Amino acid sequence: MASFAQLGNDLYTGKRSFDIVGRRKLWYTVSAVLIVVSLIGLFGRGINFGIEFRGGSELRVSSVSDLSDYEARASEAVAVEAPEAVATVTLVGSDTIRVQTGELPNQTAEAVRTDLAEAFGVPDSEVTSSFVGPSWGETVTTKAVQALIVFLLLVSLVLAIYFRTWKMAAAALVALLHDLAFTVGIYALLGIEVSPASMIGFLTILGYSIYDTIVVFDKVRENTEQAMDTRRMTYAEAANRAVNQTIIRSINTSVVALLPVGTILVVGIVFIGPGTLLDLAAALFIGIAVGTYSSIFVATPLLVHLREGEDDIQALDKAATKRATRRREHEAQGEEGSPTGEDVDATTVGGGATSTSAAPGQGTARQVHPYAQRGPRNQPKRPPKSRR
Amino acid sequence: MAMNPRNRGPLKVLAALAALTLVLFGAIGAARIWGEEPASWTPQLGLDLAGGRQIIIEPVVEGASGVGEEQVDQAIDIIRRRIDGGGVAEAEVSRLGDTNISVAIPGNPSAEQLEALSRSSQLSFRPVLVAAPVQTLPTDPGQAPVLPLPDDVREQQLEDLLEQAPQDPGAVEEGSTDDAETTDGAYPAGLSTATSPDDASETTEAPIPEAPAEQVSDPSSLEQITPELQQEFIDLDCADDTAAQATAAAPSDQAITACSEDGFEKYILGPVELTGAQVSDAAAGLEQGQGGPTGRVEVQLTFDDEGRQAFAETTSRLFAFGPGAAQNRFAILLDGVVITAPSVNNVISNGSASITGDFTTESAETLANQLKFGALPISFEVQTSEQISPTLGGEQLRLGVIAGIIGLLLVFGYSLLQYRALGLVTIGSLSIAALLAYGAVTFLGWSNNFRLTMAGVTGLIVAIGITADSFIVYFERIRDEVRAGRPLRYAVDTGWARARQTILISDAVNLIAAGVLYFLSESSVRAFAFALGLTTVIDLIVVFMFTHPTVSILANTTFFGEGHKWSGMDPERLGAKRSTYLGRGQFAAPEPPRRTRPSRAEIEGGVV
Repeated sequence: MASFAQLGNDLYTGKRSFDIVGRRKLWYTVSAVLIVVSLIGLFGRGINFGIEFRGGSELRVSSVSDLSDYEARASEAVAVEAPEAVATVTLVGSDTIRVQTGELPNQTAEAVRTDLAEAFGVPDSEVTSSFVGPSWGETVTTKAVQALIVFLLLVSLVLAIYFRTWKMAAAALVALLHDLAFTVGIYALLGIEVSPASMIGFLTILGYSIYDTIVVFDKVRENTEQAMDTRRMTYAEAANRAVNQTIIRSINTSVVALLPVGTILVVGIVFIGPGTLLDLAAALFIGIAVGTYSSIFVATPLLVHLREGEDDIQALDKAATKRATRRREHEAQGEEGSPTGEDVDATTVGGGATSTSAAPGQGTARQVHPYAQRGPRNQPKRPPKSRR
Repeated sequence: MAMNPRNRGPLKVLAALAALTLVLFGAIGAARIWGEEPASWTPQLGLDLAGGRQIIIEPVVEGASGVGEEQVDQAIDIIRRRIDGGGVAEAEVSRLGDTNISVAIPGNPSAEQLEALSRSSQLSFRPVLVAAPVQTLPTDPGQAPVLPLPDDVREQQLEDLLEQAPQDPGAVEEGSTDDAETTDGAYPAGLSTATSPDDASETTEAPIPEAPAEQVSDPSSLEQITPELQQEFIDLDCADDTAAQATAAAPSDQAITACSEDGFEKYILGPVELTGAQVSDAAAGLEQGQGGPTGRVEVQLTFDDEGRQAFAETTSRLFAFGPGAAQNRFAILLDGVVITAPSVNNVISNGSASITGDFTTESAETLANQLKFGALPISFEVQTSEQISPTLGGEQLRLGVIAGIIGLLLVFGYSLLQYRALGLVTIGSLSIAALLAYGAVTFLGWSNNFRLTMAGVTGLIVAIGITADSFIVYFERIRDEVRAGRPLRYAVDTGWARARQTILISDAVNLIAAGVLYFLSESSVRAFAFALGLTTVIDLIVVFMFTHPTVSILANTTFFGEGHKWSGMDPERLGAKRSTYLGRGQFAAPEPPRRTRPSRAEIEGGVV
């Protein structure tokens, strides 16, 4: 952990720094590949919509003790009552069997329910039946899309006002859409069933993604404002510094957010089986992970890309570059020109950066400013009282 | 130990938080003791956790292309009444989106109950045979029960009846004696018209000559009152919601018993004479007298051709009974309940009637809407019907809670690892957030009937991450300040000022997300959004009222303030240069300040 804290320190001071903004072509490529892959999933394989979207009947038999050959037994039980229905039988959790069929009339569903209970030797109450009309999922989807559009509009407005530039809002939105597209694409690609609960998950990803991006952008704004004042750094450098300074936070946040979601995911897969809990957790897990990536590697480079063309940013970059060149020249000059031979302790110039190994609390006298050392009017130094 | 004056402010805030928590739980306690329905110490569970049947139905108006706002409202009313009538405790009926109705019934309702829910509903008109006010508590105990039809009125009616057609007065006689035995204080039917809130009268727009009543198989005939019906009428308890259920299911060509909507009056009604399909329009407005509006509110009712003829026949027959008689009135029923029972003042043959009485503008509006939108039969199409077994729901909840606890413990462990002793603050904050969330959900369960569903539980668990992130942002900011060389005490203040901004804007975005999801979506999405919004607010409360004050107080302690190795704010580990004054003009400095270039004094050989 010490190295982690050390990394944090180094990233903060800029001693160590990942060139994230500079390598934006790389990140753009990575993201483009991700998006293309998810688009292939979306349009090639298509989204595997759950029963809520297709419509049909679902029966669940819980507390089954004898699971041998459950598929055939369940199909048989269904076939007795509804010969034309195609039953999909899946094992949910450790002892629950889920049977999905096309739409069954009320009476038939009731009969199938009793048959299933008989077939698996469980009381009637352990078999639940549900019916979903085909338009139900559609309503949910329409609502979700409406919510998405309203959310995007509102958030862009709030962000544009808060950050006082629409470009930050635009970059944040691109990152958000990137996350959303990727998550949905992964669902399509892996053939994971999309239920209304997954839909909620997708919508929540929006919140998370924006949240993550805001924290990074807040730091970017702070750093770039400072850069505007001091003219010491170009916009890209300031932004890159900000990303580096928030990396530790981003990692911590993602870990902390992923821990509970991951727990739900594991508990869901092992014990609960498909259901609200698992569907939500799966969507969130993918979304949060990709959201962290996009806030660092997509949003910030994109923001710099967008703002580079602005006049005042270009003026800043010019000034900062000029200053940096001058400083380099100056330093080079200083090294060439012989030091003026002052009676300063040997550990001064340039040495400080490497001498981090000095143990604390040893009580070595602190280096005092040359001016103070000499004292007013260059009086001869007196040894300290203790040495007199 | 004297209190550090620096701690006063933070302590006050902490005290306010403690008060807030106490108020929250005190309110639950108070609601438990004094509340009309006692509150529970545990949150109300939604259907998917407690088990039961969840049905989503869509009202379909026959013969109309779409379903209007008012029709859905009316459909919800109807469903609610049916549910209440079905004797199902704690069933919930709510609107879902634009047109859907969500019905949640705990337990396992029978097939008949479900069938009854999706029965179609339509407005119908029936003649009143007998009307009696219902009084659950006699206002005057000394007063003996009175016949619903006192002798003078009854005789009057009998005379009328005998005039029209030969009748068997025995039924009435019998009925009257039976009624005399009831304990319900009953009042004369004539009086009831005056006392009833449904008091209303009929006037014609264009008076026309009366047509003599002639029918032999008279729908108003008291012959229809069989002893069974009479008994049913006596037993009819309008406070019992099942009454309407039976009424609604009764065949249309027979006499039935029914209650008024407010439950103050009960009736024996003849067969259906008109249905809502024959009503072409209804509107509320001011009554037009000869010299302009009279200031009274009336409800205008317009019939189509078929309806006009039928209504003319009905009114002419009823009018013959003369004012004051129960049989002079007709009842308009909607789903088994008499919504109004006006008496007939005139024979209406032009198909346009107006109902006047003690209406307020609103009540007239309501009645007009009921008449208008009840005109078409509403049937109900089941969209989804899901039976959730309580064991499955309970198991899901149990595992969900376990997952939440494990997740919480993992977060605790991680923050201890990252922030050492400061991680304890995270643990405390998260615990307080959990406590507040539990209290809020429980209290809302009592006050707003908020029910925790699986989606809500997931929302709460997911919120652990969001809440913890606020602390991370805050702590990282403090660390940044410590790295910059500030002593912890000041690093906390400056770090807070910056972190606060970030926390506020990110929580604002979360609230927007939750709000948009809440208002634009339905059912489970809604529950999730609510949980998300609730936890965001709790997050703000906890960060502002617990985390920051606690950290401020801790910064004043030696352990944290001087950056103990395990405090998580150890300046050395954070790369800051510790410069402690050792006394005697000496400083403890592990390393000299790094300079990027020689100072001017060094280059130029010092200050002269």
